[in-house]
Amino acid sequence: MAKTKVIERKPLTFAEKTFIPQIVGGLKTTFGAMLKKPITLQYPEERPKIPDHYRGVPTLVKDPNGREKCVSCQLCEFVCPPKAIRIIPGEIDAEEDPDRAHVEKAPKEFDINMLRCIYCGLCEEVCPEEAIFLQDIFSTSGYSREEMINNKEKLYELGGTLPDQHYKWDKKKDAEEKGNPHH
Amino acid sequence: MEFFEASLPFVLPIAYAFAMIAVFMTLCAYAVLAERKVSGWIQGRIGPNRTRIPIIGHIPILGNFLTGLGIFQPAADGLKFLFKEEITPGHVKVGYYYLAPLIALAPALTTMAVLPFGRYVDAEGIAQPLILANIDLGMLFILAVSSLSVYGIVLGGWASNSKYPFMGGIRASAQMISYELAMGLSLLPVFMWAASPGSEYGMSLFGVVQAQQGPWLALWQPLSALIFLISLFAETNRLPFDMAESETDLVGGFHTEYGSFKFGIFFVAEYAHVIMGSGIFVLLFLGGWNFLPWYADPWSDGLIGTLLSVGWFMAKVFFMIFFFIWIRWTLPRFRYDQVMSLGWKILLPLAVGNLVFNALIIALYDHFTR
Repeated sequence: MAKTKVIERKPLTFAEKTFIPQIVGGLKTTFGAMLKKPITLQYPEERPKIPDHYRGVPTLVKDPNGREKCVSCQLCEFVCPPKAIRIIPGEIDAEEDPDRAHVEKAPKEFDINMLRCIYCGLCEEVCPEEAIFLQDIFSTSGYSREEMINNKEKLYELGGTLPDQHYKWDKKKDAEEKGNPHH
Repeated sequence: MEFFEASLPFVLPIAYAFAMIAVFMTLCAYAVLAERKVSGWIQGRIGPNRTRIPIIGHIPILGNFLTGLGIFQPAADGLKFLFKEEITPGHVKVGYYYLAPLIALAPALTTMAVLPFGRYVDAEGIAQPLILANIDLGMLFILAVSSLSVYGIVLGGWASNSKYPFMGGIRASAQMISYELAMGLSLLPVFMWAASPGSEYGMSLFGVVQAQQGPWLALWQPLSALIFLISLFAETNRLPFDMAESETDLVGGFHTEYGSFKFGIFFVAEYAHVIMGSGIFVLLFLGGWNFLPWYADPWSDGLIGTLLSVGWFMAKVFFMIFFFIWIRWTLPRFRYDQVMSLGWKILLPLAVGNLVFNALIIALYDHFTR
């Protein structure tokens, strides 16, 4: 059986009954709060510091040599819970990039509908090529529904280049030159 | 020329009145700004700091400074009220609906006429008040007229013809009636001391200020000052007594159905009452334009002295306005029944007791000194 401990309450003193010392204490608190530095940021000019691995607007990134990383495998389109991603796969132009043409594919069109996106990050998680990243952009706006659909150019513009740990094509090149039992 | 001179006695008072209204309305606008700024500071925010007008706002350093202080904000606020769509809901009682904001504002502007705001020394070397109408019963006039402002709120609540404004109006009237009594009674000791029989000033506010050359009445009659201050908060419908509005339980209270400039007038009226209340409290208890307790009048006799006295009075009024805002963010709103019990069970008996106590002291003093 639980023991109850009765705490004796001191009767209020006369000063406490008038509430005036408490009100004065409250006034002191609010005045102290007034002298503190405001915690507000002047938003459009000052931006909050976005922590690493923040899940902002999904973007497409290029590898450090400026090549598209996305190979339009469409896994992200598949996994996307609100069906915000739409990909039309295409060929890589053989004249521009003879090494990769006919080896990989690239998206012809890649649209992410920001009105549908729920920023869950499953596309980033599922991408085998590490081509799609949710980065630090947290506010988007537009005047029409069409404007809120990010197309391929927009996605690459927002994404830029992230440091790449794999250098897939450099490894292939090395293997070609020096020989590698697996290739 | 002759016509000009002959018309002066009629034209001058009107000009003074207009000048005073202009200054007073500007003060109201800046009281709104002060409210927004101080609220921001107390809540760890910055407050309005974006509104900028051309030319003045673009002077290199000064412009940015003034913009940061929000100096141009009242103009934007006022214009917003003017340019919003004028909506009259279909269910209101139209005539009274339009009348209510005016009735709320008019008493504050009327009481302004008998509020002294400084002193000048006339040709004979006697201090005279700067005032629009120096009437003998200044305080009585203020009490009588300012309590009329509750009609604006009651009428607004009733004419809106919907539930929440109606409840706000009822609460406001109950509160006003309860606190009017304590307020009036708390003032009697002040005038018993300040306007003794045979005093040349009668019950005028100027006399009360002149009587505070020594100790201010807030030091001398702290209980009266406290009761009056609490009643003042209740009469001006400021937190913790904003029963009429109580935006959390009554939406917006009496002005729920009001929009655009009609709401603007209600809004200005609230601040007009705050400024008037601050002015009256300063005159009655904080020594008016007297410099410090026991050091009343360091101002010189000339124009500069007059301006200094006005400036010192205004400084005290600004402090009181700040105090109103400060209290707003310190105390939560009372419950309706707590407001009633504070008014009737505590303040009223206290005020009566204070009155009797002071009357006894004066009687004993007279008995033994004569």
